[in-house]
Amino acid sequence: MELKEKLVSSFLAFENKGNIDLDSPVHAIRLKAIQNFEKEGFPTKKDEEWKYTSLKPILKEDFILFPNTEKSVGYKNIKDYLINDIDSYTLIFIDGEFNSFLSETTHDECDICVLSSALARPKYKMVIDNYLNTIANKKNSLSELNTAFVKEGAFINIPKNTIVPKPIQIINFSTGSEKEVLLQPRNLIVVGENSYVQVIERHQNLSKNTTLTNSVTEIFVNKRAIVDYYKIQNDTDESSLIDSTFISQKQQSVASVNTFSFGGKMTRNNLEFYHEGEHITSNLNGITILNNKQHVDNHTLVDHKSPNCESHESYKGIYADKSVGVFNGKVIVRQAAQKTNAFQQNNSILIDDGAAINSKPQLEIFADDVKCSHGCTIGQLDESALFYMQSRGIPKQEAKALLLYAFGNDVVEKIKIPQLKTLISKLIAKKLNVQLGFDL
Amino acid sequence: MLEVKNLHANINGKEILKGINLEIKAGEVHAIMGPNGSGKSTLASIIAGKEEFEVTEGSVVLNGEDLADFAPEKRAHKGVFLSFQYPIEIPGVTVTNFIKTAINEKRKANGLEELPAKEMLHLIREKADLLEIDRKFLSRSLNEGFSGGEKKRNEIFQMAMLEPQLAILDETDSGLDIDALKVVATGVNKLKNEKNAVLLITHYQRLLDYIIPDFVHVLYNGKIVKSGGKELAYELEEKGYDWLK
Repeated sequence: MELKEKLVSSFLAFENKGNIDLDSPVHAIRLKAIQNFEKEGFPTKKDEEWKYTSLKPILKEDFILFPNTEKSVGYKNIKDYLINDIDSYTLIFIDGEFNSFLSETTHDECDICVLSSALARPKYKMVIDNYLNTIANKKNSLSELNTAFVKEGAFINIPKNTIVPKPIQIINFSTGSEKEVLLQPRNLIVVGENSYVQVIERHQNLSKNTTLTNSVTEIFVNKRAIVDYYKIQNDTDESSLIDSTFISQKQQSVASVNTFSFGGKMTRNNLEFYHEGEHITSNLNGITILNNKQHVDNHTLVDHKSPNCESHESYKGIYADKSVGVFNGKVIVRQAAQKTNAFQQNNSILIDDGAAINSKPQLEIFADDVKCSHGCTIGQLDESALFYMQSRGIPKQEAKALLLYAFGNDVVEKIKIPQLKTLISKLIAKKLNVQLGFDL
Repeated sequence: MLEVKNLHANINGKEILKGINLEIKAGEVHAIMGPNGSGKSTLASIIAGKEEFEVTEGSVVLNGEDLADFAPEKRAHKGVFLSFQYPIEIPGVTVTNFIKTAINEKRKANGLEELPAKEMLHLIREKADLLEIDRKFLSRSLNEGFSGGEKKRNEIFQMAMLEPQLAILDETDSGLDIDALKVVATGVNKLKNEKNAVLLITHYQRLLDYIIPDFVHVLYNGKIVKSGGKELAYELEEKGYDWLK
């Protein structure tokens, strides 16, 4: 049976297993979503948005949709993937199930806990009804698929005037208890007026088996609130990730999403920002460093609807061997959005002949008093810069790595959590296969 | 120390150097002058090991060792230093981190341990003071946003840190005003001694008022057509390069 059929036919069993109240709004949401998914199916290369990224090789696997976690996972198995030298809240999911033993949640001042709990308890009904699936893009069939099976993930609800004192780490692990597994985490993050939260998210396959993760995150940033979101994508060669993140911002808010893509077989990031109000700032930053046959596709959208807002986008990529990168950055400036400042940069370095980058900046501007720019560069390492370094006694390999490290550096500089900055710098150095002779 | 014998070199099939002979002994300062396109920078680049040039005949020997098969970094480890006419910007790598990496690579190549942090810092401060370089400058990204003078001063700072045997200064005076020139020249003069040597590549005689050469050579159309003492520079200034044809 094809994966699509398998998913549609398993929907009923899924809802039955969860003892769903058929009158609940969540059931209605799920039902509509599976119907939409059934109609649209998985995107193919004929779809403009999926022209350079094919799901075919991944979808032919025989995925288990509801894995049993029989393997017990202890702290020692996961500690390498946590940022250990900071005090943080942690939400650890193993094969889609929340592991309370390894996690640290809270209900003091704010709710940092899990979606399954929020879906079940009357205390959170209003938040769920007001927010769940209200900004996810319903034309995105993968997001609809995730919505149809929405069950578990992070639930972060910050009231107004609250600075969350510690960053939140959300990590989804798969243990490979089955040969091929499909995981569909769903995160809902609501940040009240004047509040501030930092989130670090990653997915990690602990086995050599195949995993496909179809993740959806909805983030609501209220007036004057600030959200710093960091995505670490450094999974195994057998893991694929489709991440759809939707962000709705109200006036004077600032939302920053920083995506670091160094691993995984195929990664597709759909990142969409929607403005509802004036004086909003959206920051989109990414560094992609790939080798072998890795494939990363970053599709972004900033929808400027109101005046006096800004967006700053900078995605850098380094592609070695036969890796492939795709960048499609869409900026829409609607007619009412006067005095918009929208800046977009996509810079790539191709190290080997077999590597490729498909870059498409897309600006649709309907207002006339705006400042919008887009820049795209694709090149190779500067030979004269390499010679300069070699002439100071720095061997070619190290010189290349130093230049590549310097290339991505301005995105790394934007990381506000020092321990995360160090981790990312180390991951970059490791990926570039070199010991940088100085402290980072 | 340096012996260049009958050096012929091409780039992209075009012959630039057509038989250069040059001998530089320890403690000496040599200047090479010549019109644009004569091959001055090419000669400097070839001694430093730039791979784009093809040596078709002849040799470059440093302290008895033929440099022919040595990569640029190896030549640097053996004591060659090239101060660039157009120093490269490397955003994201600070002046300090860059020079630390260079020094430790040289030590590693020569079988020494890395310089301990305290000593490294002391050395950096000492040389920065020697060249009247502001400490703030050291934590900036290498050459990023530097003025022409600052870039050249940074080249000499690197030279001071690496203590080369043979320092080749390629048009170090170009783009400098008289004050910047004086600081750079003072730095070079403080660094030269009887064990090392300096090869100055320049268009203009002006630099040679501050760094006094022992020998002046004129490079014209890929060959050294005349050699002499420092007076030769004044003659060229007066008569121009046409005089040599």
